[in-house]
Amino acid sequence: MNNTKNMWVAALTAPVMIALLLLCIGSQNVMASNDKASVATADVKIDNFSFGPQTITVPVGTTVTWTNRDDIPHTSVSADDVFKSKVMDTDEKFSYTFTKPGTYPYYCTIHPKMTGKVVVQ
Amino acid sequence: MPDKKQDLIDQHLQDLNDDGVDRRGFLKCMAWAGTGLVWTMSGGVPVSRAFAKSGGKGSDKDAGKGADFSFVQISDSHIGFNKPANPDVTATLQTAINKINAMPHTPDFIIHTGDLSQLSKPSEFDTLDQVLKGASAKDIYFVPGEHDMLSDNGEQYLQRYGKGTKGTGWSSFDHKGVHFVGLVNVANLKAGGMGSLGHEQLEWLEDDLKGRSASTPIVLYAHIPLWTIYPDWGWGTDDSEQALSYVKRFGSVTVLNGHIHQIMQKVEGKVSFHTAMSTAFPQPAPGTAPSAGPMKVPADQLQKVLGITDVNYMVSGRSLAVVDSPLGA
Repeated sequence: MNNTKNMWVAALTAPVMIALLLLCIGSQNVMASNDKASVATADVKIDNFSFGPQTITVPVGTTVTWTNRDDIPHTSVSADDVFKSKVMDTDEKFSYTFTKPGTYPYYCTIHPKMTGKVVVQ
Repeated sequence: MPDKKQDLIDQHLQDLNDDGVDRRGFLKCMAWAGTGLVWTMSGGVPVSRAFAKSGGKGSDKDAGKGADFSFVQISDSHIGFNKPANPDVTATLQTAINKINAMPHTPDFIIHTGDLSQLSKPSEFDTLDQVLKGASAKDIYFVPGEHDMLSDNGEQYLQRYGKGTKGTGWSSFDHKGVHFVGLVNVANLKAGGMGSLGHEQLEWLEDDLKGRSASTPIVLYAHIPLWTIYPDWGWGTDDSEQALSYVKRFGSVTVLNGHIHQIMQKVEGKVSFHTAMSTAFPQPAPGTAPSAGPMKVPADQLQKVLGITDVNYMVSGRSLAVVDSPLGA
């Protein structure tokens, strides 16, 4: 990583970060790192054949990470072909960064009853 | 839940052999079969006994008596699974094969109703092949489970187990007057849905059954149940009704499924539905746990909830006798 690039990223994401902080006060699901001010992240846990939280609302630029905590493999695949995880075995993760606002429904292709939604604002 | 289920069974209850015997009361106890029971469907008459009271090995022996041929269904071997519910699924599959090899009547073939592997890995399929090689029955028919079609759209599975099959692995064959159809309901699943056969396969099925005499006994086998057991957990197949409409005119239809890792049976008209135990790990009864995930039982109990299904066919009654046996009593 070179520093110049990091500075640029920081400058560009600053307004986003402010918006994010305003939007997400009180939300436990979205954690913005104040110190580095470079990456917004959010977590979705897979437990008992369900995505938690089932609907997650994040600001543009957020990287969402899914973690499979079941004893059975799962996937996280966008219903509109936007993103597609590999098969996640127990404790494996998948991350995707949402760069455009919109609603992104997704599901587990192995257990299609498992559905979730990422709302990007 | 049991009431709704019971109503359904009552509603569709018919005398299977047209011999005038009222089996209503008898079938009532079939609604939810617990593990550790032996179910026999002999001449269309279902009989249940607690396995522990059925005389252990003797019951296996009696089961095949007088049959014209038999085959064995195994399911959900999940080779590669290594979690607490069963750290050694290869060993329990081996126990299942040993049990088949110890049968007094060698089955004509074995049907594996899917989830051969845990993660569709070549090494898992290799291990499975190694164990199955030791089976007394040399012919083995497969349909894939969702675990066999991970990441590569089932390419690896089809290469190894799908020779001569169509589409995502469906096929049919005849054996001593019985028509067998293996269906795939784990491919191209849609968000929010359950199992799915898809248009192309349904068309093929309709065509496959066309022109066959209504007196031909039909065996349909697929991984996910072809009847709706518990939609909340996806235990059913969205378009199974259409598939079943094609077999309605046949006098004897047996539907064999896996996926739910426990025995369940239902009779609807001339169609008998049956799900098999897994050889790997048990799953909870519908709605009794937060999810359908692997159920951990005490180590000394595990072999009671894993098992195989022996199916005997008698030409005289044109019927199939289905006997489930746990790996250990």
